[in-house]
Amino acid sequence: MLQIETWKRVLIWATLALGIVLALPNGFYTRVEQRNDAVAAIDLGADTQENQSLAAQWPGFLPSGLVNLGLDLRGGAHLLAEVQVEDVYAARMEALWPDVRDVLRPERATVGTIRLIPSEPGELRVRISEADGMSRALELVRGLAQPVVSLTGAGATDLDVSSDGDQIVVTLSEAEQQATDERTIQQSLEIIRRRIDEVGTREPTIQRQGADRILIQVPGIGSAQELKEIIGTTAQLTFQPVVSRTDDPEAAPGVGNEVLPYLDREGAYAILEAAPVVTGEELVDAQPAFDQNGRPAVNFRFNPSGARKFGDYTAENIGSPFAIVLDDEVISDPVIQSHIAGGSGIITGNFTVEESTNLAVLLRAGALPAGMDFLEERTIGPELGQDSIDAGKIATIVAFAAVLVFMVLSYGLFGIFANIALIMNIALIFGMLSLIGATLTLPGIAGIVLTVGMAVDANVLVFERIREELKTAKGPARAIELGYEKALSAIIDANITTFITAVILYVMGSGPVRGFAITLGLGILTSVFTAIFVTRLLIVMWFERRRPKTIEV
Amino acid sequence: MRLRLVPKDTKWDFFSRSKVWLGISAFLMVAAFASFLIQGLNYGIDFRGGTTIRTESAQPVDVGAYRDALTALELGDMTISEVFDPTFGPEQNVAMVRIGAQDGQESVTSEVIEAARGALQGVAPDIKFVSVESVGPKVSGELIQTAAIAVALAIGAVLIYIWLRFEWQFALGAVLALVHDVILTIGIFSELGIKFDLAIIAALLTIVGYSLNDTVVVFDRVRENLIKFKSKDLKEVLNLSINETLSRTFMTSFTTLLALIALFVLGGDVIRGFVFAMIWGVIVGTYSSIFVASAMLLRTGVKRDWSKPVDGAGTQFGNIDA
Repeated sequence: MLQIETWKRVLIWATLALGIVLALPNGFYTRVEQRNDAVAAIDLGADTQENQSLAAQWPGFLPSGLVNLGLDLRGGAHLLAEVQVEDVYAARMEALWPDVRDVLRPERATVGTIRLIPSEPGELRVRISEADGMSRALELVRGLAQPVVSLTGAGATDLDVSSDGDQIVVTLSEAEQQATDERTIQQSLEIIRRRIDEVGTREPTIQRQGADRILIQVPGIGSAQELKEIIGTTAQLTFQPVVSRTDDPEAAPGVGNEVLPYLDREGAYAILEAAPVVTGEELVDAQPAFDQNGRPAVNFRFNPSGARKFGDYTAENIGSPFAIVLDDEVISDPVIQSHIAGGSGIITGNFTVEESTNLAVLLRAGALPAGMDFLEERTIGPELGQDSIDAGKIATIVAFAAVLVFMVLSYGLFGIFANIALIMNIALIFGMLSLIGATLTLPGIAGIVLTVGMAVDANVLVFERIREELKTAKGPARAIELGYEKALSAIIDANITTFITAVILYVMGSGPVRGFAITLGLGILTSVFTAIFVTRLLIVMWFERRRPKTIEV
Repeated sequence: MRLRLVPKDTKWDFFSRSKVWLGISAFLMVAAFASFLIQGLNYGIDFRGGTTIRTESAQPVDVGAYRDALTALELGDMTISEVFDPTFGPEQNVAMVRIGAQDGQESVTSEVIEAARGALQGVAPDIKFVSVESVGPKVSGELIQTAAIAVALAIGAVLIYIWLRFEWQFALGAVLALVHDVILTIGIFSELGIKFDLAIIAALLTIVGYSLNDTVVVFDRVRENLIKFKSKDLKEVLNLSINETLSRTFMTSFTTLLALIALFVLGGDVIRGFVFAMIWGVIVGTYSSIFVASAMLLRTGVKRDWSKPVDGAGTQFGNIDA
């Protein structure tokens, strides 16, 4: 009759105990949080007395996972950025011009003079004076194309070369564009992650969304503006040949060249070749250092391909200046003294120690490969978050208390059983949230409150059914058993349908809505578990001790 | 003595005026839809782009002065409203400023925010911007699309689930009840001009889940009683099933409402709209599971001959409790 096997009982109690232990750290939120921060700091080498004592605030044998608080509760900034993947096409085409020039130059007899024509970004147009040589020219330029390195683009090459009258038009092929987009996004993600990590904030979320978007959420940061500054929008380091210097910002630079200002010299400009010799992407390391005069400087080192390009260029251009350009500003333009082999060098300028350190960090983290548009920005102040937490806490407690009282009034002793299950239910939700490291948002709190209301539903279904069965059944034990048996299909159906909507919310939603979906979904799982197993176990245990002849539900 | 929301054994006839109820529901749906078309929803920035700034200061909010200060900045379409909430302290005066999307820009620039801060500090020197949220027109267009897809998907998924577990007539009734609930909720939002944002979509989906929960419990009992009382009239079976589950329906709705009302009163103004939608949804959902879903089931009828299940008839998964 009314029996639950021992192993099942053990399993149920063990699950509950596990849930409570996992939920426990949330009861001491600030303390555990300080402890976790201190432990992380010690791991990073900040093994101070203070950190040691903070780390001892919470026993190491207990779990220390906490429910993350969402931005709406903790305050912080949220950005949705769209990466301008086309920027990279333009940069690629710009860098291609010297190669095209070099490959066509020896064939001047057939193609005539060659000249770069201004064009749309992402397109390279070269005019040749001998139209008859077009097919030869196209053949030569096509020879520059490389196979695309990607899974989907196998077999394709990276350049589309065509002719338009007397002009050669070069663009990136579709397969290469896709492969480039993918690389651009991955690189951007990585760089943003590194920059935010350098600042060392807690629990940032950096996620790719869709084809070309990146979602960045950083709790505890002052404003979205601050976050944007940390990420930086372009921060591009290049080494470009210097054509000449000028003090006229409107000077005509000539095709393929550009005019850029100096960082620390007001009114001075340099005319540079737009195609860089090497870019910051090929840096492998950058460290703050001092030059031979003891002034702050930055040491850098290129990867092998960057080192080769840099070595070749310096060998061929001894005596001419080249510019180190950061974010479209010339930092310095030293004259090449000798062939720089080995790929390392030093950037000097009028830096302070702090500036050289920052520059080194920036260079190490790498430049974002493309610019970003910010589609969505949200800043939530910590006060508002705290207000929401406080309000949510009170509301949850009141809601909880009201439901507990109401259940006892309606179902008496059985109501108390349901209430115990309900309390366990909340512990389980928090335990699971901590376990999976989910984020609690304000709608998430609403989800918990809703769960409190709905969690009793399964119990109500059972209790009402037991009442009905008591009218016809043969004794209380049988009625309880039938009650559970017959209510099960309604419980399962009702909860599966709600669970379906929670899953859809999770998949389609974002941010706070997703937080709601998580608590709602977990709430459904835990409330079915507590209603079917926990209350039943409690009732069975009570029944075994008392063996009542009649029961009132 | 037990507290009872519903008398012990009810034998109410829910279908004696079923035409009237269906008529009222149909009328309300038309009215809600008309309100949605005429009045339109008060979309939040999630759905129409723009910026909202939540300000807080110790001085009382003077909406007129705020407006004058901000109008000078020529930011275009703008609304300012004061926010009241019982949970606010005496020194806490909160206003919401909404600025429309700026031409040719995705999200708001920091210059605009700083200009607005400067202008408002002229009115209330200690003013703080406790939150600033900005959504570009590109994203808002997509968000509204995603939201519509989410609601449609949820209803579709549910239709299929009920169809598998019951029969198509049940699925039809349940889905009609859902559509009824969703339309009435959208209607009340457009009629009362409550801000309609992403969180409300979450509320809508929850209403879908909740309303269904209720409908499914009634249908589950209908299915059971249809097998038990093979010769009984469908109308009687439906009435019996609703009466039998009535106590549970009220208990659950009541506890859920109890929890939601606590959140509505004490949970702060940020989620009040969201909680309001859910409260409304629980009430409408409870009503619709009886007066729309079951009434529709009565109209469409169901297959009664359960002795020989013809090609499964969609009930092959209906036996998990056996």
